[in-house]
Amino acid sequence: MQNGDQHYSMEDETYTDIDGKAISLECQSHSGFCREFTVSSAKVSIGRVMAYTCAVWLSAYIIFFVTENTAVLSSAIIITLVGMMVRIHFVKVDHETLLIIGSLGVQVSSSYASGRESTDFIEMGKIKDIVINEAIHMQTVIYYLCILLKDPSDPEAVSSVVPLFQSSKPRLNCLVKVYKSCQEILAKC
Amino acid sequence: MVLKIFFPQCCNKADSGLLVGRWIPGQNSAVVLAVIHYPFIPGQVKQYIHQMRGQSGVDLTVLGSWSMPKEGQEGMESFLRDLSTIFPQGQWLQLSREMGKIGFRCHVLTRDPNGKLIQQEKELKEDGGGEKGGTKRGGGEKKGEENKVEGEEGGGEKDKVIFIHYEQRKVMLSQLHPIDNGVPDPQTESQLPQVFGTVCQSEPLFFLDKYDDGPVKMTHWQSEGREGSIIVELMKQASTPVCLLTTWMLTLWTSLCSSRILNMRPMRFISSKLSTCVQLSYRTEHLQTVCSPTRATAHNHFMRKANIFVSFFVDVSLGLLLVSWMYRENRIGKLANTLVPAADYVAKELEELLQWLMGAPAGLKMNRALDQVLGRFFLYHIHLWISYIHLMSPFVEMILWYVGLSACLGLTFALSLLSDITALLTFHIYCFYVYGARLYCMTVYGLSSLWRLFRGKKWNVLRQRVDSCSYDLDQLFIGTLLFTILLFLLPTTALYYLVFTLLRLVVVMFQGVLHLSVDFINSFPLFAMGLRLFRSYRLAEGVKFRVLCEEPGTPLHLMMDINPLKVSSVVQTYRTPTYSCYPKDSWLALCKKLFLGELIYPWRHKTTKID
Repeated sequence: MQNGDQHYSMEDETYTDIDGKAISLECQSHSGFCREFTVSSAKVSIGRVMAYTCAVWLSAYIIFFVTENTAVLSSAIIITLVGMMVRIHFVKVDHETLLIIGSLGVQVSSSYASGRESTDFIEMGKIKDIVINEAIHMQTVIYYLCILLKDPSDPEAVSSVVPLFQSSKPRLNCLVKVYKSCQEILAKC
Repeated sequence: MVLKIFFPQCCNKADSGLLVGRWIPGQNSAVVLAVIHYPFIPGQVKQYIHQMRGQSGVDLTVLGSWSMPKEGQEGMESFLRDLSTIFPQGQWLQLSREMGKIGFRCHVLTRDPNGKLIQQEKELKEDGGGEKGGTKRGGGEKKGEENKVEGEEGGGEKDKVIFIHYEQRKVMLSQLHPIDNGVPDPQTESQLPQVFGTVCQSEPLFFLDKYDDGPVKMTHWQSEGREGSIIVELMKQASTPVCLLTTWMLTLWTSLCSSRILNMRPMRFISSKLSTCVQLSYRTEHLQTVCSPTRATAHNHFMRKANIFVSFFVDVSLGLLLVSWMYRENRIGKLANTLVPAADYVAKELEELLQWLMGAPAGLKMNRALDQVLGRFFLYHIHLWISYIHLMSPFVEMILWYVGLSACLGLTFALSLLSDITALLTFHIYCFYVYGARLYCMTVYGLSSLWRLFRGKKWNVLRQRVDSCSYDLDQLFIGTLLFTILLFLLPTTALYYLVFTLLRLVVVMFQGVLHLSVDFINSFPLFAMGLRLFRSYRLAEGVKFRVLCEEPGTPLHLMMDINPLKVSSVVQTYRTPTYSCYPKDSWLALCKKLFLGELIYPWRHKTTKID
């Protein structure tokens, strides 16, 4: 190996999320007790962006044709631009990463389409376990991976649950892979 | 457990020497704070560390040795191992780095219970896909004895090491949130607050730089010389006498305000109603907090002082800007000249409204007699009010000119002044509202009570419930008469009440907006927000780790960055507590009061501050 990592990309199975869209999972093993999992969702599709923009501008032109008010056109442009900026900066998640470092903690980070990253680090002392839970989501039952946090006053009780991969929502096969890796590391340290 | 070593970035290229830092109990981690270079006298090093331990309160020890051999400096390995006998420790770390390579290596020497030193090999090899515990690798063994610790099998457990690089200056200056106000128990406290606390408290250790002629030569974040600025030093020297002077003036002012003359009942009532006086007392309190001569030690206290100072400064400068704009070209005179015509206009509009009510408003048919009585009563009231305004009109410009100067004290004062002027000028609307509300309230209560009589029931005050009651015939007769009269007069009183309540609500909304903006300027933490935007590492929500690219055969290296606090948490944590201007009743309670005709004061100032 050239460097100390090992990469595992997509093997035989292709992963999908709960809606059926294709996602990809990348596992990177930095050392015996440090692993990183990245789940990437589909990127922003240029076709959809163009379709929305054309629809908005067409309706703006029709309204302008009826009312002869130029403010309609400029407001349509501003709305389109602002909406697009808000969506890629705050809404659209590009990939989510889970970095687990044995005896130090777990770092969960989401990276948005504009490049913004939002990170959260949970110390190992606060983590009780990493499990796969079931949840009822609209009309379906889905599986999700989550971290159980310890209650500071009662070491046996669970104080809160931190769900992982909330935007990409991978299916059970992907979650099982991540779960097994994490449990190996948690058992070692 | 894995051994975690927090290593400062500034020492990455330091010359060989001794590592000084702290072991964190219970977590199997060590925080390296500085590197002491050769040549040194061990006795002096021990004395210096003892002195630093007393000054900073941190449990400093010599953690181990650091070797980055340059050309011509071979043979250090045995010298470094011998050092461990001079500084007796439970665990002795031997960190080494070769020129041109990025990764570090670490040997850990432990002392077994007999006091003998045993070297335990704690080196991480390229592990590949998994840990095959207990197997020795063939060719890549490091030189050095393979003595095993007693009680382990052949090959030994390969314990692991993580190097966590941190930027010393940023960690020292940053404050981890949520802030723990008590004294935490060192056994149960989690790792990161302990690391941050250690670096923060070791500030006395960082005073010596390599140009100082001290007994030891060290490398840490400030070893290139201490930073300073002349302006900051001058301001620090000047701040104490200025603070003392301001505190003295403020005590004089507060004793004047609490003197007996100004504390009589009517003055106190008026000053509690005028928002300018409230704002004045509030700002006095603020200034007293800021100008107290004692230094702020706790982080919360320091941030509170800084926030108040910055917002006061911004407030005063905005106020001065406003004053300079208003007094240029005598705009204040023009404003005063439009004040009386504005009051006249409002009065004329009210008169027209009353004439409309006295006719057939919106097609409703009013009771003529009551209508005329109420309408004439209110018209006369307006006539009186306009006469008073005209009496005062020659003095208005001068009063406004002098009172407008008080806007120099801040934009908040200008806004409170505007709110007070509105309240004074619309005093007649307030009076009309009170009259209309009282009349309507009496009508409604009378109607409800007589309705009960109509049905043969009575309100039992003792039991707070409705009981049946047998009335005499004459009681029933009069009661029914009165009930009928009140019922048919209800539309007229209700209409007057509705109209004046709406007017009053408009005025209240306007005043509410002004009070909300004053509150916002008072409580918004500008300093904390500026810190978050320009020095985001100072307010930390947590940390972020990044894996640094490694070479094979070296332990895991991570880079610890500071994760700054979210903007919403900054505002929530550092808001200055104010007399909050908030709606006293919920919407439902407000509607109920309006329906019954009770007087409403939708915006209520609390006299005590809320946090």
